[in-house]
Amino acid sequence: MALLEIRKLNAGIAGKHILKGINLSINAGEVHAIMGPNGSGKSTLSQVLAGRKTFNVMSGEVLYNGKNLLELEPEERAHEGIFLAFQYPVEIPGVNNTYFLKAAYNEVRKHRGEQELDAMDFLALVREKMKLLHLEQDLLNRPLNEGFSGGEKKRNEIFQMAVLEPKLAILDETDSGLDIDALRDVADGVNKLRRPDNAALVITHYQRLLDYIVPDFVHVLLNGCIVKSGGKELALELEEKGYDWLACQPCL
Amino acid sequence: MSDSNKTIEQFVQSDYKYGFTTDVETDTAPPGVSEDIIRLISRKKNEPEFMLEWRLKAYRHWLTMEEPTWPNVHYPPIDYQSIVYYAAPKARKPGPKSLSDVDPAILEMYRKLGISLQEQERLAGVAVDAIMDSVSVGTTLKGQLAEKGIIFCSFTEAVHEHPDLIRKWLGSVVPYTDNYFAALNAAVFSDGSFCYIPKGVRCPVELSTYFRINAINTGQFERTLIVADEGAYVSYLEGCTAPMRDENQLHAAVVELVALDNAQIKYSTVQNWYPGDKDGKGGIYNFVTKRGKCAGVNSKISWTQVETGSAITWKYPSCILLGENSIGEFYSVALTNNCQQADTGTKMIHIGKNTRSTIVSKGISAGRGQNSYRGLVKIMKGATNARNFSQCDSLLIGDKCGAHTFPYIEVHNKSATVEHEASTSKVGEDQVFYLNQRGLSTQDAVSMIVNGFSREVFKQLPMEFAVEAQKLLGVSLEGSVG
Repeated sequence: MALLEIRKLNAGIAGKHILKGINLSINAGEVHAIMGPNGSGKSTLSQVLAGRKTFNVMSGEVLYNGKNLLELEPEERAHEGIFLAFQYPVEIPGVNNTYFLKAAYNEVRKHRGEQELDAMDFLALVREKMKLLHLEQDLLNRPLNEGFSGGEKKRNEIFQMAVLEPKLAILDETDSGLDIDALRDVADGVNKLRRPDNAALVITHYQRLLDYIVPDFVHVLLNGCIVKSGGKELALELEEKGYDWLACQPCL
Repeated sequence: MSDSNKTIEQFVQSDYKYGFTTDVETDTAPPGVSEDIIRLISRKKNEPEFMLEWRLKAYRHWLTMEEPTWPNVHYPPIDYQSIVYYAAPKARKPGPKSLSDVDPAILEMYRKLGISLQEQERLAGVAVDAIMDSVSVGTTLKGQLAEKGIIFCSFTEAVHEHPDLIRKWLGSVVPYTDNYFAALNAAVFSDGSFCYIPKGVRCPVELSTYFRINAINTGQFERTLIVADEGAYVSYLEGCTAPMRDENQLHAAVVELVALDNAQIKYSTVQNWYPGDKDGKGGIYNFVTKRGKCAGVNSKISWTQVETGSAITWKYPSCILLGENSIGEFYSVALTNNCQQADTGTKMIHIGKNTRSTIVSKGISAGRGQNSYRGLVKIMKGATNARNFSQCDSLLIGDKCGAHTFPYIEVHNKSATVEHEASTSKVGEDQVFYLNQRGLSTQDAVSMIVNGFSREVFKQLPMEFAVEAQKLLGVSLEGSVG
């Protein structure tokens, strides 16, 4: 059974039809990349999978671990192990980063019927993850994303991912706005978290992220349809030829 | 309306969690105010002549005054003759000397509120002067305080035991002529707290008073007077909850603080009176006069308030900075939900040289709540090198509420520095979704955002109080979300 199974998904926002019959299957242990030009529906897909209510699903189904994902509230999806690394992480002024992350972590544990971690144990866990990702200590004590640089915000997303250990991580244009060092660090973090029992969906505009996070499969999204799928070499082909040569076939 | 707005909408609909009444016999005066009623109150309390005279002067002055209409709040006219001005819980034996003499029903109510006196006395360094309706029912840790010469007792007791101190300081910061509600309070107040910290003494515990309005149709007219003598320090906590009620209840308290040379008073309030139901029915009218006088050099008065209750809040804890180098501070979180209205802020009156003041006001509006900040910074002629910094932030939850800011600045000395910063923001759907995506429910998400917004003020509260205040904000915003 696939970890995530998307069948004929149609979705949009404010009456606009954006995703037009997406089919996609992701197994545990795999990394899938979705590439496509601006406005092709990449971010819509990530938001719909995370359950944002401003987007509406018109038809189709999404099975996650065999369950109907679309019935679940956003926080329930998080409890079940879905993590979205946001393209634009929002600032929550005054809320301590560690305090927030501990609350999130313990919500997941509660859902699994596990004992919540106290502050000391949680801090120990967090320190270990910080070492893994080479993060500055002060990140822990700052308010959540408040006054963070673009790079810091993205690193903080990956840090949260490392702590929450999702089964399915969706990275929405995590490379945008990053300089090459930050890009390498972020990719490095993602790679360290790869395991046979989890999967990642990497959404990107450019091929360069895929030099560092090497995908098993690449899909091209054009006008709300997946028009081509292939191995990692497809990304290189796109880099060379652009998107124009791929016609948008009508999809179902 | 989008789904996310609807979610926030549902979320801010909340039920008052502390709505229960206690069945205690009350000794009640007939409704209305007159010289006879004032004489009755004074007689009931066996007051010395000077108190009765002061009350009567206040009453006669009140008759010449008019109710203020300038606050940005709306309510039907108050019939002052339908209010009961005196209600005291009947003691089974005259004058409860210890907790065992206190009516078990009262003790039960405190237990429900989680402030059992025995527990307070045994466990923690908190001395509670518990006030139910108008008469103090129990005072704890008195012995420990007495050793240091600290006086902490009910106002009535202070009038009997320390008449000279009362005569000297009563009305010295808020005279009975000050305003309509202060005049009414001076005429009819039935009890309250008195605290005196002698020279050079640092009060070893946080002093705490819990207020709870209990008898139907009883206006509450409390009076608090705190005097910190030279070099003294005291931290005072005031917290309130009230049972559910249909009639509007008037509460017109007066709090006076006096800090002499090098003295410091920290006054913290968590206010959670019944705010009325979703449609604005019922709820407390909280018209309070709170003022501190930094009378001595290097003295300091800090007000910290977390206001989540009451149908209408009208209060401006203020500082008169008279002594050279004295410091006034005001930290406030005011939350209005459903139909609540709040017009609150502070006045910083700089009179002495090198006086400094800081104002941090955080207003949170949800439902149809209306929140106004009204603040005056006044630098008098002699206040050379006075400095003020004000910051007023408003947070809106949903799209039917309102936030208003009315800053008044008067500067009569060129050497003064006055800074004012203001911001308004909304709890964004994107913020809530971000936290949802990390596994937090919408309720927890909004709580977290609101607490983050209020953090600067919570930092000023004593530790246990800060925890309580955070919970209270969460409860006040709690709704029907899954």
